[in-house]
Amino acid sequence: MNWISNYVRPKINSLFSRREVPENLWTKCDECGTMLFHRELRQNLNVCGNCGHHMWISPRARFEALFDNGTFSEVEVPMPVQDPLQFRDQKRYADRLRGAQKASGEKEAMLVVEGEIGRTPIVAAAQDFSFMAGSMGMYVGNAIIAAAERAVQTGRPLVLFSAAGGARMQEGILSLMQMPRTTVAVDMVKEAGLPYIVVLTHPTTGGVTASYAMLGDVQIAEPGALICFAGPRVIEQTIREKLPEGFQRAEYLLDHGMLDRVTHRSEQRSELITLTRMMMGMPPAVAGELPPPANGPDAPQTSVAEVAEAMLGGEASTSGGQSS
Amino acid sequence: MTHYLEFEKSLAEIEGKAEELRAMAAKSEGMDVEKEAKALDKKAATMLKDLYGDLTPWRKCQVARHPERPHCLDYIEALFTEYTPLAGDRNFADDHAVMGGLARLEDRPVMVIGHEKGNNTSSRIERNFGMARPEGYRKAIRLMDMADRFGLPVVTLVDTPGAYPGKGAEERGQSEAIARSTQKCLSLGVPSVSVIIGEGGSGGAVAFATANRVAMLEHSVYSVISPEGCASILWKDAEKMREAAEALRLTAQDLHKLGVIDRIIPEPLGGAQRDTDGTIAKVGTEIGKLLKQLDGKSRDQLIADRRKKYLQMGSKGLAN
Repeated sequence: MNWISNYVRPKINSLFSRREVPENLWTKCDECGTMLFHRELRQNLNVCGNCGHHMWISPRARFEALFDNGTFSEVEVPMPVQDPLQFRDQKRYADRLRGAQKASGEKEAMLVVEGEIGRTPIVAAAQDFSFMAGSMGMYVGNAIIAAAERAVQTGRPLVLFSAAGGARMQEGILSLMQMPRTTVAVDMVKEAGLPYIVVLTHPTTGGVTASYAMLGDVQIAEPGALICFAGPRVIEQTIREKLPEGFQRAEYLLDHGMLDRVTHRSEQRSELITLTRMMMGMPPAVAGELPPPANGPDAPQTSVAEVAEAMLGGEASTSGGQSS
Repeated sequence: MTHYLEFEKSLAEIEGKAEELRAMAAKSEGMDVEKEAKALDKKAATMLKDLYGDLTPWRKCQVARHPERPHCLDYIEALFTEYTPLAGDRNFADDHAVMGGLARLEDRPVMVIGHEKGNNTSSRIERNFGMARPEGYRKAIRLMDMADRFGLPVVTLVDTPGAYPGKGAEERGQSEAIARSTQKCLSLGVPSVSVIIGEGGSGGAVAFATANRVAMLEHSVYSVISPEGCASILWKDAEKMREAAEALRLTAQDLHKLGVIDRIIPEPLGGAQRDTDGTIAKVGTEIGKLLKQLDGKSRDQLIADRRKKYLQMGSKGLAN
């Protein structure tokens, strides 16, 4: 044994072995424990191929799969006052916020976009559970208002994917005030006679469930999603008894009349197309592969708006005519 | 017997001594203790002033939850005439944590709705400590709807630790009931005034407190989560409620600065429980004043004003 075999070789080995097997190649399903290959998992929209467990998916990945050719454009959300209460627990809220922004590469816990699904123009918003548990603060409120305003402005349906641990405590009463604020937004969409569809994803709880996430014209949930006002632990502590299996899960809520449908992630796109087109009085969507839009995927925003206008202006037959 | 809060212990001692002295003197003739008793009274008064002059947020939470603080029922009995309670959600049950009905406020018919906590063990259990179930919110929706159709103003009195976290409540759609109640508050074409008289606990409070005008009693609190709950989540230690209460900015004074509420109604020295009649009368006067501010506004204007108020809320943070 010498210095080379004791020190240099292990060092070299460790360098090489690290490069050979990147850590994120395999993901373990947190339900059944199956190791899932990353490419396959992405293709399955982060649904376990073995047990069908729906795992977290980023709003961007979700939208790429949802919109025609994966193209959509972001709707700008007005930035609120950051850290309005100068909140501090064991850590400063401002620091937590910066940390979450750095880790996710996103501004905040909600992404608002517009685009077409099956040639049906929509506005969509998705909450990001990985960003401070998707919690609802001033920004999320602003995002929903911006989404509603955009939907009304362009005459498009609003589809919202919810996911949150509840209100953002670090914004105190102002987070609570997002309940009435977002309800005003929902009412604006409804008054304009436009559909508002909610897709509840795992988990949707607290003040979020008790406001915009429960006010949809159609309420869809992802399989197995926890949907509740008070979490199971709080309830167990209050009533001091074990809760039944599947309590507060999507299927349980469906059974109790709180949802319209529980839909697998891979089928949501076609279901949303079908629903929005019927609710908007449009002809059925064209089945099969769609030709790329006339201006190509990198077309400027105006072209999408034009298409939308054309479709809403009674020239809906053009969308039917583009089949074959 | 007066109920003293934890931070009022030294006050309790002095007031107790004065009371004892007077009781002794009353029993034995020729004993004059009035001078000593008066001195103790004076000491107690100074102490009360010191204690309540600058209540910390956590102490305010305790005052807001004081068992002898006037509750919804006390206000309704004292301020309204011809109160006719209306019950049930026409679906499942009547929730006793929520009371409401038609009543007159200075002869003007209104719809009054509020959370009732109860004032002794049996009534507290009957009222579920003011924690409403979906039926309570659905009853409120029904009553608000009725008020809207008959052009009657809606007055809500908010005093709840929060919506009830129970199995049945969840199964029957607690979140949906709260969401619809808030939505109903926002759609009213009649004037709405809300007063937070004790605890404004999270979503369970918002469902009633979304109004054209919102007032708070001086020592009441209104928060997204209880200080204990916040402490156990963010500090991982429920004993850190003092810090949490501080950070949450749940006092009437902070909420007024943030533009969340319109008015603070002063309480007597030592809190509402020290002069319930006086407190109730003041709340009545304020409700009258706030309703007057809304007189003459059209349906559309009332709805539009309310919406605008909430859409703009919080845009300036504490810099308001």
